[in-house]
Amino acid sequence: MKNCLIVDDSKVIRMVARKILQELEFETREAADGQLALDACLESMPDAVLLDWNMPVMDGITFLRELRKTPGGDAPIVIFCTTENDLDHIQEAMTVGANEYIMKPFDSDIIQAKFQQVGLI
Amino acid sequence: MNTADFDFISSLILSRSGLVLTPDKAYLLESRLMPVARKHGLKGLDDLIGILRTRKDESLIVEVVEAMTTNESFFFRDTKPFDLLRNEVLPPMLEKRAASKKLRIWCAAASSGQEPYSIAIILNEMAAKLSGWKIEIVGTDISRDILKKAEKAQYSQFEVQRGMPIQLLLKYFDKVDENWTVKPEITKMVQYKYWNLLEDPRPLGNFDIVFCRNVLIYFDAPTKGKVLESISKMMSEDGKMFLGGAETVLGVSDKFKPIPGQRGVYART
Repeated sequence: MKNCLIVDDSKVIRMVARKILQELEFETREAADGQLALDACLESMPDAVLLDWNMPVMDGITFLRELRKTPGGDAPIVIFCTTENDLDHIQEAMTVGANEYIMKPFDSDIIQAKFQQVGLI
Repeated sequence: MNTADFDFISSLILSRSGLVLTPDKAYLLESRLMPVARKHGLKGLDDLIGILRTRKDESLIVEVVEAMTTNESFFFRDTKPFDLLRNEVLPPMLEKRAASKKLRIWCAAASSGQEPYSIAIILNEMAAKLSGWKIEIVGTDISRDILKKAEKAQYSQFEVQRGMPIQLLLKYFDKVDENWTVKPEITKMVQYKYWNLLEDPRPLGNFDIVFCRNVLIYFDAPTKGKVLESISKMMSEDGKMFLGGAETVLGVSDKFKPIPGQRGVYART
């Protein structure tokens, strides 16, 4: 079973994402900001990270930069999931090493389609 | 709705579009036709059917048929057929046509354009191999409204995220306010025509590849056979046809045979 780290400061979003991902047969872990997510990755690298952008303590793009510098941190497939939907943000995310990008709001069809495209399902 | 009304409207739709409406699909009448009824200031389906019965209002009939036959569409729907197109179907076909450098593709149920644009993007990604080629993609549909949307090539954030990978979104779409518009380099590869699959398709010309996905499922068996036969007549000898995941030619038509190892792709017999 593949596992996915859900990173979002909104408890509600994490819950919605968790339900969708569990239906797609993922094991899930959760983190409320970038720093907590980084800690979780150092503990054990997930197969996938579903990543919000704007969060307190450490935002998503900073987390991604740090993750990719970490030994083994190039392995997880990182999918942004954010309300930021302008070209500059998307391009920056892809440059830093995101694998896919979801613009909120999302539904299960979108999560499934995106996870399929990056070969997670 | 009473049985007489259901029989009336389902036979009207069948005769106009070939769409078979079984009683278990009655809910579709409600969800698709209520907006039509409201648009004409009618209270509900009973009034709408009443009008259809009493006067032969051609434009209203067309509206009803269009509302019933429109389908939801995704970019790169089901993924696999598009991988097969890129990796298995196109390479030998391009080799064979290296001299003429001509290829024609038909999307027989183009709907709001996601399928023809997905195909155009795949071809554009192979552009290095295709310089100097004349490639035509023809998208047809039985709904004029949906073809207008296809021609506009403008999609909501929700629509583009159903299937379009982010890298291709950045490359082939312009963001206009909250919507995403397909770039002219892709839209210019596709032309749209209003077309009813029950009509003789020969005026459309010959095709090398036909996408006829998720449309046969709405037809009864004799109609399926008839449509497949007329499609086969306008395909090149090595032509390939794509059907939807729940569709097959087996027991329906002997004009096509499945290609082993290429699920959903059919060759002429």
